[in-house]
Parts: sequence; C-alpha cells; structure tokens
Amino acid sequence: MNFSEVFKQSNQLCKVSPDGKYLATCVQYRLVVRDVSTLQIMHLYTCLDQISHMEWSSDSLFILCAMYKRGLVQVWSLEQPDWHCKIDEGSIGLVSSRWSPDGRHILNTTEFHLRITVWSLCTKAVSYIKYPKACQKGIDFSRDGSYMALAERRDCKDFVSIFVCDDWHLLRHFETETQDLAGLEWSPNGCVLAVWDSCLEYKVLLYSLDGRLLSTYSAYEWSLGVKSVSWSPSSQFLAIGSYDEKVRIINHITWKKIAQFEHPATVESTKAVSQVTNFVSLINSLLLPHLDEICSLPVQIPVVKPDPDRANPKIGVSVLAFSSDNHYLATKNDNMASAVWVWNMQKMSLEAVLEQTSAVRCFQWDPRHPRLALCTGNTKLYLWSPGGCVAVQVPTEGGFQVHSLNWHCSDNSLILLGKEQLCLCYMETDEEDK
Amino acid sequence: MGEWWTTEASMENCEISSISHVTMSPSRQNNFVSSYLFPLAKSSYSVISAFCTEDNVLQCISYINQELASLGLCSTYIEATSPEGTGLNAVPALNAIYELLQIHRRTMSTVEALEKEQLKKSSTMELMQTSNTRLKDQLELSIREKSGLHEMERQLQLKIKTLQSCLKTEKDEVQKLQSIIASRASQYSHDAKRKEREAAKLKERLSQLLVDRKDKKLAIDVLNCLGRSDGKRGHWKTAKATASHEGEMYKSLLSDYEASQKSLMLENAELKKVLQQMKKEMIHILSPCSSSGRGATADDSQEQHHDSDGEEKMGDTSRETLDQSCEHAREQLTNSIRQQWRKLRNHVEKLDSQVSQVQNQLESNKEMIPLETHEDEMERMRCEVQQCKEFIHAQQQLLQQQLNTSFDDETAALLNDCYTLEEKERLKEEWKLFEEQKRNFERERKNFTEAAIRLGREKKAFEEDRASWLKNQFLNMTPFTDRRRCSSSDGHSALSVRSEPEIRMSSVKAQLAKSSTYTTFSTPRSSQSGAVPSTPELYRTLRLIPESSSSRHSNRGLWQECSTIEDGDNQLKV
Repeated sequence: MNFSEVFKQSNQLCKVSPDGKYLATCVQYRLVVRDVSTLQIMHLYTCLDQISHMEWSSDSLFILCAMYKRGLVQVWSLEQPDWHCKIDEGSIGLVSSRWSPDGRHILNTTEFHLRITVWSLCTKAVSYIKYPKACQKGIDFSRDGSYMALAERRDCKDFVSIFVCDDWHLLRHFETETQDLAGLEWSPNGCVLAVWDSCLEYKVLLYSLDGRLLSTYSAYEWSLGVKSVSWSPSSQFLAIGSYDEKVRIINHITWKKIAQFEHPATVESTKAVSQVTNFVSLINSLLLPHLDEICSLPVQIPVVKPDPDRANPKIGVSVLAFSSDNHYLATKNDNMASAVWVWNMQKMSLEAVLEQTSAVRCFQWDPRHPRLALCTGNTKLYLWSPGGCVAVQVPTEGGFQVHSLNWHCSDNSLILLGKEQLCLCYMETDEEDK
Repeated sequence: MGEWWTTEASMENCEISSISHVTMSPSRQNNFVSSYLFPLAKSSYSVISAFCTEDNVLQCISYINQELASLGLCSTYIEATSPEGTGLNAVPALNAIYELLQIHRRTMSTVEALEKEQLKKSSTMELMQTSNTRLKDQLELSIREKSGLHEMERQLQLKIKTLQSCLKTEKDEVQKLQSIIASRASQYSHDAKRKEREAAKLKERLSQLLVDRKDKKLAIDVLNCLGRSDGKRGHWKTAKATASHEGEMYKSLLSDYEASQKSLMLENAELKKVLQQMKKEMIHILSPCSSSGRGATADDSQEQHHDSDGEEKMGDTSRETLDQSCEHAREQLTNSIRQQWRKLRNHVEKLDSQVSQVQNQLESNKEMIPLETHEDEMERMRCEVQQCKEFIHAQQQLLQQQLNTSFDDETAALLNDCYTLEEKERLKEEWKLFEEQKRNFERERKNFTEAAIRLGREKKAFEEDRASWLKNQFLNMTPFTDRRRCSSSDGHSALSVRSEPEIRMSSVKAQLAKSSTYTTFSTPRSSQSGAVPSTPELYRTLRLIPESSSSRHSNRGLWQECSTIEDGDNQLKV
C-alpha cells in the first residue's frame, strides 16, 4: 500500500475524471488538474471566486466550477486550455449547478428553487423548468443518461416530471401520492423510479418509466419514516433505511418486503462475526496481516440516545451502500455512529459489525471488488473485505485526519480527503488476493 | 327353696293369669306375695306362688326378716306363732307390710319423678339435637357462601390485574403516541421555521430587487460553441421526435420486462422440475408400501389412479411449452403434489404409531432384535475393551514397579541376580570353552605358520633338488647309470626328507579333517622302500591329488600340482 504525498485542497472538492486519468482539485479559487498516475500538474485554471462546487463532465473533457455566492459558473476545457465559458445567473442567484449526462448542458438551480435553468453549451440556448422542489434529492439522472426525473411541487401537490435528456423533451408528468416528496432515485436499469416521502410518513412509491404506479410500500404509520434509500446494482433489491433503526429490503418482482435487517445494541446472533478493527500502525508496502479481533458474542455496541426534542434526530439508518457485486450491503445506524454493519445479501444475514473507536465519517465500497474502506476522522484508514479487515496509518508528518474518501473508478486506489489536504493511497496488486 | 326356680319357665303365661285370679286367703301365706307382684305389669316373674309352702314357713320368715333387715326395717320382724312355723304373728307382719307399702309408694313416686325428669331431659336433648343439626346446616351454608365469596374475590382480583395491565399497555401506547406527536410536532415546527426563514429571505431579496432596480441579466459567455457529445447535429423538436422518444421509452421498458420474464421463466421451469422430481420420488416411496396391503383396496385403486394421473401429468408437462396449458398444468401439478404429500405424511404417521405400538408391546420386531443384539454386542465389546485396558494398565504398573524397585532394593537386585545366575554360569562356561578353543586355534595357527614356513623352505630345497635331479636326468640320458642312482637316491632321500614335513602337514591336515589318512599314508611309505616313487604317486598317497588323474605325469602337471599345493598352503595358512 503506497501513499502519495499530501496536497492542498479546499472544500473537500477533489474528483477523479470519469475515465480515470485525471484528478481535479480545488484550492480556494484555483482549479488544479493532475495526472492520476504521476500526480503532475497538467493544468491550472483560475476562477473568479472561491469555488463552491466542481464537477467533471461525463466525457472527461470539461470541468464545471460553480461559485454560488457570485452566482457564476465557469467551465474549463482540458483539450483546449484557452477555451473558457462563463455562465452568470444574474440577480436570481445560484443554489446548485450540475452537468447533464451528455456533458453539453448545465443545469443551474436558482436561489429559492425558483427555477432550473438549462444552459446548452452547443447552442447557447436557455430553457427553464419551473417549480422544482427543494428537497433532499429532487433531481436524478438515469444511469444510461437518457432520462432525468425531477420532483416538482405545485399547488401543494407533488409531481414528477420525466425528461428525455437528449432534447429536454418532457416525456411524462404525473402527480405522486406523497404528502411531501423527499427524494427520488432511478433503478440502475432505468426502468423503475423510486419515490419516497418525507420522514413524517413512511411511504415509498415505485413508478415505471412510463409513469404508471407499480407499487406502494409502507412499513408503519405515525413514527418517523424513511431516512435513506438505495438500489442494489442489479436493480433486484431496494433497501430502505428508516428511523426505527431497521433496513427493509424490497424485491423487484413483487415489490414486497423480503428481508428486514435490525440494528440491535447487543449483537447476539451466532451467525454474525463481530470484528473489531485493530489499531496498529503498519509500515507501507508490507503485506498486511489480518488483525481482527473476533470478539466473543454477545457484543455491546455503544448507543448514543438522540435528543427527543430536536428535529431530524440522530437515530435510524442514514447510510446504505451496496457493494458492486451485489453481495454485501453496508449500513450505518445514526445512534450507533461508531459501528458499520455489513450484511450478506445472499444469505440475508449479518456478515460483520465493524466497530471503531469514534464515529464513522465516511465509508465506500470499492467499485471493482467487495472491499469497504472507511474512516473515522483520525489518521487511519480502515479496510474490510470478507477475508478480513485491516487498519492502515496514513504516513504523513503532522497527522492527516481522514474526513472522507473516494475510490478511484478503476485503478485500485483511494483518494483520502482531510480538512484541507488530500492524499492518494495506492493498493498493491498482490493485496487483491486477500 | 330351689323349687320356684325350676318352675319359672313353665308357669310363665298361665301363672300370670292365675295370679290375677288369686284371692286373699289366710291359709295360703303365699298370696300376699303374689298381690305384691300384681301392679308390676306383665313381667315373667312368676315364681311367687311357689315361694312359701306349709313346710318352709320358718325359712320363709327368716328369709323375709333378712330381707327386711337389708331394707333397713330392723324393728319390724315377723314372728312365727309356733315353732313349727305354720302360724304367723299378725302385728309385726302387718307393720312389716305397712312399712313395705310405704317404701313402695315412695319408690313409685321417685320413679315417677325420675320418669318425668327423664322425659324432660329427653325432650331437651331432642331439642338440642335438632338445634345442633340446624346450626350445622347453617354453618355449612355459611362456609359455602364464604368460599363463593372468596372465588368472586379472586376473580375480581384477576380482573383487576388484567385491567391494570391493559391500563399499563394503554398508558405505554399513549406515551408512545405522545412521543410520536412530539417528534412530529418538532419536525413540523422545524420545517415551518425553515420555510419561514426562506420566505423571509425571499422577501428580503424581493425588496432588495425592487430597491436596486439593477436587474443583472443572466448571460452566458462562451468562447465558441461546442459540438454535441455524440457528434451529431441537433434536431428540431417535432412530433416525430416526440413519438420516437415515446417509442424509445417503451422499447427500453419492454426489453427490461422481457429480460425479467425470461429469468422468471427459467426459475419457474427449474422449480417445476424440482416439483416433478419430488412427486416422482414420493410416488415411488409410497407405492411399495401401499402394495404390502396396508391400505384398503380403495387406496390402491386411488393410488393407481393417481399414478396414472401422474403419468398423464408428466405427459402434460412435457407439452408445457404452450402457454395456454401452463395455468392448468400448474394447478394439476400442485394439486397432485399436495395429495402425494398428504399420503406420505399419513404413511409416516402410521409408521410412527406402529413403531410406538411395537415398542409398547415388546413384540419381536425384526428391526428390533438386531438392534438389541447389536447393543448387547457393543456392551460386551466395551466390557472386554475395558478389561483389556485394565489388564494392560496393571501390567504396566507391575513393570514400572519392577523397574523402579530394581534400583531401590538390594533384595530386588539379588532377586534379579538369582534369575540371571544360571545364565551367567552358562555364559561363563561358554566363555571358558571359547577361550580354550581360541587358544587351540592360536596354537594350531602357530604350528601352521611354522609348518608353512618350513614347507616353503623345504619346497625350495625340493625344487632345487628336483631341478638338480632333472638336470642330472637330463645329463644322465647318457648311460651314466651310477650317478643317476646316486642322484636318485639323493633325490629319494630328499624326497623322503621332504615327505616328512609333508607327512606332518598332511597329518596336521588330517587332524583337522580326518585322521584316517594317517594309516593309509604309512603303508605306502613302507612299500616304497626300494623304488623311487613318482611324484604323482606321492601326491596321490598324500591325498593331494585325486587318484584317478594319471594324466598329471608331465612336468606341467607337476607345476599344476605345485600350484595346488601352494593353494593348499594358502588355505592352511588361512
């Protein structure tokens, strides 16, 4: 395992290009583009203000830099460094900005979610989409990039509009049976749209691509409902994490619950292998031995009771992540923030509970192998795979606190982001055998 | 006096009636006795008429006086008028009678009083008894009532408990609902606040815009337009385009449905196969059992019917690729599987009950005996194994003891010595023998070596001699016979001289091998007094060469013989 040197970044803006060749980071108002393998600076661009958001286009040729305070979006080209593009939203302000899947349109959400402006870089044309909903996840593009689903709210009612990304043609527009739509997500095969209500009501609606309601799922009434939703990569399962600390798995054939995963404070099941990652620092490039402590059951997981009077309490399953091969699901229960639960989707049972010393800040699955990387804000990087788990100390002077991490799409490496720093971690190929 | 006792029985009834007709006559003194008995109602006491006769007056009088004395009337004795005892003094008698009457009256009155008393007492007792029974009944009733009340109380307590638990659950639910309401309220208030903040911001922005009036237009500033990502030109939005979008969408949906349907069909086919397999196996399991006569013939026929049904269905399922028959075939399959399963289950239940019956009755079931004998065998073998183990252990212990004690005790050491003493003696003897033999061997070896050395020397001498003799011979091919004789006698002497060590050698050899040649050797020597023995003859007699080989006359043969002798020497030396 090799670690690169530490670079500066600001705002946790550090992204690898979709083709995996370049790494773009933002340092204040500069955009730095490096080559991933050599980490040499290829391009350096200067924006007009501090960059709030940065995004690669899908063809890895352009980078979008949004400055929300100024209401500006600047687009840079890698092929032609002289090429520039500046979009000014004017007095209407800017709240979010993103690329369209074809990499030629930019969608800007104005302040107060008044409208979405679609800028075309091919024709300089503008189109508007009215009444977008300001919610947790109001826009989603299908995986193949052909359709966009948008949540709208008009006359105190929720609607969903499906656009064809090719020419922004409105394909379908239908009302949803939600009280207050909180989010929507396409299934990976692009045929089903999952729509869920706000936490005041547990309701998940499944719509087909042509706007028909396929099914409704509601586990219970009155208590706080859905906190997070995730599709499995094969579109077979829909995992719903809720405030009652449970994850319910819905199958795509009957749209009914087939499994329910609970997160009790005491893990007693003999099928669960409780692994506590060991905190030993390792020298780079040594073959990492398995350092798990397999605890004897039952294991107590520390629970932090949330304040009952506050809104959006820190309880319930807030993060769901499927592994790329569909075999595992990693979940995090907010009142047991130091534990990550890994579930085996083939056996529908608990595979491991990874308990850390402090709250887990971020975890992500390797896009190629069933390997989970997680960090807790200290100087260590934790990796879990079905074979075992390991803790690696990031070897930098002055301590590098890992706040978040991202896997490289193909290269078997990790990007670790600290508060103001970033570091790359290259896994060695012989560790793939682990 | 004893008369009146014997007549008692016979005079029972008639005497009572006769007593009633008896009148007072002074001649008969026994009348007053019977009148005394009159008021006594119907008693069998009827001996009075025989109490006193003319003969026993005095005895009667004395008896009556005694009685009176016993009653306490000493003053009124009856006297007889004459010593013969036929008469009686009237005054004392009358007094006595009067006293007796008084006594009788008194007793009668006491009897009456007692009887009254008794009546009273009996009535009170009856009263008591009735009141007792009444009170007992009351008590029982009250006890029952009490138990009934207890029961009611208990039920009420139970009811209270259930109601309390209900109340508790309700309270809990109320609490839960309250917490839900509270969380919802906090969520609503949070959302409302957020919206309010947003509205405030909007208002502010609006007012700012109204004030500013500098409407910054939105604009895009691009160096040059980009080409489309797919390289094609943009299209106008037409109805055809819309239709094509719709078409695209439906196509993608359809392909997804087709894919899922395909996978579902495959799964379905596999499951059907599994079910078929199960059905076949179930039929197979059930058919031999039903043929053993357990079920009724109806069952059999049913079975066969189902079997034939099954056959049909199997045929059906082979044609199942048609969609129309799918539903029907599926239903048939599931129904038949259900039936088979029911039969199997019944059969298994029957078997279970049979087994339990057999176990209860302890019948010799074929399956049980082997089990029992198997168990016995196992037990026996286990015992044997245990015994063997113990035996081995004991032996080990003894061995250990021996080994241990041999180092500790002197007696043990002596014992050990005893056991090995014989062996030691034998060993000693053998050693002695061995030493002796060794010595003998040494001696003989020495002798051999000496002999060999001498032989070697003598051989040399002999050779020289022979050579000279040959030379002489050769030289004496001329008619110089004298010299030849001399030399031959020399040769002879040499030979004879030479023969001695050979003799000794052979004797030694013979000693080793056989001693029989010694005698045979001596005789030829005596016969060879005159003539010169030829060397083969000599060797033959020395048994150095076999007697048959007469061809070894030549010198070559001699050389060969020398070599054999040498070999023999070598052998001897060894």
